[in-house]
Amino acid sequence: MMNIFSDIYSVFWLDLRNMQRHWKATIATSLVLPLLYLVAFGYGLGRGIDVDGFSYLAFVIPGIVALTAFSTSFNGASSKLQVDKMFYKSFDELLMSPVSSYAIIIGKALIGVVRGGISAIAIYLAGLALAPTLLVNTQVTLLFLLLMLLSCFVFALFGVMVALLISSHHGMSNFSTLVILPMTFLCGTFFSLNQLPSIAKVVLYFLPLTHSANLLRSTMLCLPFPWLSFAGLLIFGAIFFAGCLFALKKSSV
Amino acid sequence: MTDSIYTENLCKNYGSVKAIDNLNLSVPDGEIFGFLGPNGAGKTTTIRVLTTLTHPTSGHVSVGGYNVKYESDAVKKVIGVVQQHLSLDRDLTVRENMEFHARIQHLNSFKRKQRIAELLEYVELTEYADKMVDTLSGGMKKKAAIVCSLIHEPKLLFLDEPTVGLDAQARRRLWDFVRRLNKDGTTIFLTTHYIEEAEVLCDRVGIMHHGQLINVDTPANLREKVGSIVVETLVGNKETHYQFFVNRDAANHYVKGLPSDVKTVIIRESNLEDVFIEQTGEKVGDQ
Ligand SMILES: Nc1ncnc2c1ncn2[C@@H]1O[C@H](COP(=O)(O)OP(=O)(O)OP(=O)(O)O)[C@@H](O)[C@H]1O
Ligand SMILES: [Mg+2]
Repeated sequence: MMNIFSDIYSVFWLDLRNMQRHWKATIATSLVLPLLYLVAFGYGLGRGIDVDGFSYLAFVIPGIVALTAFSTSFNGASSKLQVDKMFYKSFDELLMSPVSSYAIIIGKALIGVVRGGISAIAIYLAGLALAPTLLVNTQVTLLFLLLMLLSCFVFALFGVMVALLISSHHGMSNFSTLVILPMTFLCGTFFSLNQLPSIAKVVLYFLPLTHSANLLRSTMLCLPFPWLSFAGLLIFGAIFFAGCLFALKKSSV
Repeated sequence: MTDSIYTENLCKNYGSVKAIDNLNLSVPDGEIFGFLGPNGAGKTTTIRVLTTLTHPTSGHVSVGGYNVKYESDAVKKVIGVVQQHLSLDRDLTVRENMEFHARIQHLNSFKRKQRIAELLEYVELTEYADKMVDTLSGGMKKKAAIVCSLIHEPKLLFLDEPTVGLDAQARRRLWDFVRRLNKDGTTIFLTTHYIEEAEVLCDRVGIMHHGQLINVDTPANLREKVGSIVVETLVGNKETHYQFFVNRDAANHYVKGLPSDVKTVIIRESNLEDVFIEQTGEKVGDQ
């Protein structure tokens, strides 16, 4: 049991060392888009609009935090893994070592959590600067941060799974454009699902970011805790983890 | 004496391609064994199967006395692998790469420091230890990859084309290093398409072609099998023709009897390349 924790750390250690070399550029680039969203949609467009009884700014900030957590964790976990696997073959070194599949998957996801977490917290702080009234009390803030990290972990597992399953650079960038990008806009990040026809709503409930956005928004705006979304996020986490295990098995065929 | 590597009717298919076609091989402990074959012969695929990276389509494989299918964790602890392509993390230093390998091989922090210093010294890389891998020369990168694979003192070392891209001097130094490792008790399994490497470095050589193991023996025995003297003749500008003889007298006798339109005649000792050409009808060539 001790071994799995130290193995997870060993896998994580390599990526952490790598990130330490480039951390400024890495974080800066991951912040550009969400900051632009925040300014353009929240501060620019959204002034004077109300959604679900809240100002649009208050409504959109948790959505942008969720999408930042989503895209940065996904990319953080998948991009280097994809290159290491396809191009440098250095991922094979891990597969030939006594480190277990569980430790490889979790260890590889952790770098996504770190990168997603840092960026999402930065956007959260920027959002608070624009709308200080959103800061309610420590309890809410802590719950918000915990749910945000949980989201990062689920999305990082998603990234690990996709990087392991897709075996070409083309495939990876197609996936980003066709799946990841639409998700960041559609999953209740910029608008309320209540504004949609119910069929669209049902479809969106089958996407992980919808649940993360819902959880973060409900927490930040002190709405009743959405247990369904909490369960949904956990289920997605389990599915992605199983997908990673499957992908590792498949890679040795 | 036990077998470090043992395979029985090993096959690996990729679709309709038979990358390994019914391989029966045993490599005893303590040997330097070389796999000689042209591009696409199945050398890397064999190493991938032996090192647990790829599952065989059929057949039995044991490495270090463990079944690769059922005891892969035990196999992973006794093998070191240097892949065909540099698989270090290029954005990290040599020392960091070594530390990573030491960590995933479960060395404690004391042992890690000790082994890293020891190995750096052993291959004279100490002064480059804190340089980025990307800034090293090809030969140094190779050495760095080798020391990473040795960090946990594996009993069995796999080297996939270890000297490709190295200059003649660096190649020879690497051979010395491999011999030294072997003397210290490491069994070596290497692949190459350099004839000379197979000839001077390996105790035994297996010739691989289209996934099949055509012949296995010591370099000397392989040469003897086809004939230790070869006569090359060129008629007009057509293909070179090779004829093998057990000794020089027989070769000379043959040359005297050649028709007068044969222009170029070379009499020389045979080498593994001749063995290869004789047995496969193709050149090894590293194109
Ligand atoms: N992952 C794979 N998918 C499909 N075919 C493969 C795969 N790996 C290898 N092959 C095929 O198996 C055959 C053997 O390839 P292998 O890489 O083992 O050759 P090799 O002897 O190492 O050659 P080289 O000297 O070029 O490294 C080739 O025909 C190759 O195309
Ligand atoms: Mg090869």
